[in-house]
Amino acid sequence: MTAHQLHPDNWVDLYADYLFNYAVTRVNDSEIAKDLVQDTFIAGLKSAKNFKGEAAERTWLIAILKRKVIDHYRKINSKNGKAEVRMSFSSQTDSEGAWLEERIADPNSNFENDALVNEELGIAIQNCISKLPKKQAQVFIMKTIEGMETEDICNALGINASNLWVMIHRARTGLMGCLNQNWF
Amino acid sequence: MVISCEKAANICDKAQYKEASSWEKIKLKFHLLMCKTCAKHSVKNKKLTSLCNQARLAVLSEEDKRKMKDTCAKAK
Repeated sequence: MTAHQLHPDNWVDLYADYLFNYAVTRVNDSEIAKDLVQDTFIAGLKSAKNFKGEAAERTWLIAILKRKVIDHYRKINSKNGKAEVRMSFSSQTDSEGAWLEERIADPNSNFENDALVNEELGIAIQNCISKLPKKQAQVFIMKTIEGMETEDICNALGINASNLWVMIHRARTGLMGCLNQNWF
Repeated sequence: MVISCEKAANICDKAQYKEASSWEKIKLKFHLLMCKTCAKHSVKNKKLTSLCNQARLAVLSEEDKRKMKDTCAKAK
């Protein structure tokens, strides 16, 4: 295996969205997530000399971001006092133990897994987008994620509508192939 | 009424962004009845759209990225 190298100049272009998605699913606040990504890049720059080339650049950055997310939770936890556990007891006093049913886990509920699945899905899609040719990825992101109007994208990139649809088509076909094994 | 597979694929893509006209959608439906390959593709295309919605993907704006680059440049 060849040793990996760092290219900090490309970090923002290559990994910012990926890291941002990772952070946003964990802190649930896009402003905080943005700061964490920024902190990650700075920390990465500072400790670049400690990079041994064992992991790929992105894996290494994610590892730093993980620490940043943990630090973030430590900080807010110490500020607002320790984590609080709240329980609400039913106000209906005459329900004779019927409330007990509300207190146990619903074995048929998949609700708690949804967030997990969606997070994995987000990372998978982001990963596949990063494998697309740059122009296709750009058009796909503008159209699908940012939800821009066709006309606005054409103006911004200096292309015509049929160019745009060709690129969208290629991007979508590429993504379908990439996501195929796990998600279709 | 009869359209090529390329045209069908194009309308199908547009439909994912709600940009296909009613007439286009009728032509597409008609094509999908006759063409198995396009019908398959259309199902996958729809699935991709729903996956993208479900994942609630987020991206940073170009503005944010520029700021990040500046901050990184200063930190170097």
